Amino acid sequence: MIIGLSHYLAVAAILFTIGVFGIFVNRKNIIVILMSIELILLAVNINFVAFSAFLHNAIGQIYAMFILTVAAAEAAVGLAILVTFFRNRGDIAVDDASVMKG
Amino acid sequence: MFATDLALATPLLILAGAALLLLVVGAYLPRPERLVGLGAMAALAASAVAAVTGPQGQAFSGALTADAASVFAQVVICLGSLVAIPLGQAWFERRGIRHFEFPVLILLAALGMGMMAGAGDLLSLYIGVELQSLALYVLAALQRDDAKASEAGLKYFVLGALSSGLLLYGASLVYGFSGAIGFDEIAAAVKGEAGTGVLFGLIFMVCGLAFKVSAAPFHMWTPDVYEGAPTPVVAFFAGAPKLAAMLLFARVLAEAFPLAADQWRQVLILIALASVAVGAFAGLAQTNLKRLWAYSSIANVGYAVLGLAAGTAQGVQAMLVFMALYTVAVIGFFACLAALSRNGRPLETLDDMAGLFQQRPWLSLALTVFALSGLGLPPFAGFWGKYYVFMAAVNAGDPILLWSAVAALVGSVIAAFYYLRLVKVMWFDPAPGETDRPPVEAGAIAVGAAAFTFPVVLGLMPLIDHYAKAAAAALGLG
Repeated sequence: MIIGLSHYLAVAAILFTIGVFGIFVNRKNIIVILMSIELILLAVNINFVAFSAFLHNAIGQIYAMFILTVAAAEAAVGLAILVTFFRNRGDIAVDDASVMKG
Repeated sequence: MFATDLALATPLLILAGAALLLLVVGAYLPRPERLVGLGAMAALAASAVAAVTGPQGQAFSGALTADAASVFAQVVICLGSLVAIPLGQAWFERRGIRHFEFPVLILLAALGMGMMAGAGDLLSLYIGVELQSLALYVLAALQRDDAKASEAGLKYFVLGALSSGLLLYGASLVYGFSGAIGFDEIAAAVKGEAGTGVLFGLIFMVCGLAFKVSAAPFHMWTPDVYEGAPTPVVAFFAGAPKLAAMLLFARVLAEAFPLAADQWRQVLILIALASVAVGAFAGLAQTNLKRLWAYSSIANVGYAVLGLAAGTAQGVQAMLVFMALYTVAVIGFFACLAALSRNGRPLETLDDMAGLFQQRPWLSLALTVFALSGLGLPPFAGFWGKYYVFMAAVNAGDPILLWSAVAALVGSVIAAFYYLRLVKVMWFDPAPGETDRPPVEAGAIAVGAAAFTFPVVLGLMPLIDHYAKAAAAALGLG
């Protein structure tokens, strides 16, 4: 079997879906949400690199580099906010983030 | 060649350079808050001037556009960011928090917004959105020993990151099925109606952008973030970032998918009507004013999206006028909330506002102006924004759009209940106690914004109309 573009797209779509579900279905731990966000960004990277290879067009790979860089910055900001949250609450359970409702 | 590119990017380079410089200054000087604040304000003013006086064209092979639309947005962005700095610094100082990072983060957010306003391809779109969002996440959680603020920051971060993910996934599909990332090149590759792959990407991108402007059904982060984040920070991110995101929205649709208008129009009408309905109905149950204004902002974004849904230059003009006027009103409203307190406790609920007129006549007059403007009563600023949107929807010549405009009008009648209730509580209910003396800067910004909302706006309307029209023409919709 030859692995074609559609296989890469299918893997990326599955990863993306797992990531989105990880954010909404997960009721336990906020770290898991951060991991889900990374999963979404990696799915997008697979898309870009696969398209880039099949279109013979380097822009997609350049885009993927930018996404990797921004994802690192995003993780840093997210973890920093998580640390302040932990200091205030002493816990990082998802159900804890519910002082404000309505 | 490179020199002309740099000249076109000057407004953004000023902001970037100033942010880096002020960060170093802040790290080495013993008490840098005031100096960094003044430096950041000077940089924002310089950036606005550079945008107005600078050359126009496309820079970096089309990645960045400087045109009438980006200049219009840059001026509003810089003004909105400029007033947020004194408002926020004084507010944090009263709470014993001295972060010189606050003005720097505002500068970085303004830089991101400037990139969003001038984005010419999918890459600068993404970098602009992220630069703005990352700065805003940190700003929301800046009051770091406050449990509510850190929760607001966390929720904003998680849902913001999800929306960036949606946007990016859409961008990857558009790139893959059109083979290009420049908006012009995508338009050339798509030719007419978008195929399935590109359409999928477009829908994902619309969802991601709807998240950023807090349009329903992607609005769920807004009330929590507005309630939890520090009030002056809310004043900042309720206004200018939404204008930048709406302009980006318009740019993507008008420049990359001009011929698929019939396809994206239906999605936008749905989003607009859902936003107006959510804003009107959910707002009825709110007692916290920050939450209430969050729902009000959801409804207002609905009107702006309705203007965009017209798919004409008049619609884009209506959207820009609406968002510019709304930005001033929302900054003024949150400046009022930042100014008011009783025994050191900020006034945030509807009951707190009881009898405010006897004690703080100017601020309650300002709040009344913002409430009536939000309601869309003529001749306040909010009325003019809605007037433009409805005219654009009517003139687009699509019966569905016409009926949507009528439905949105009904929505604003329902929302009138909560705006008028605030006015009634302030003017006629007995006051529970003395309020504290309001700080000068917050009071001045609130009263200034109220004076703009009515009556100054009446004199400036021809000017705003002219520049918004030029800006809309630059996007190239018919």
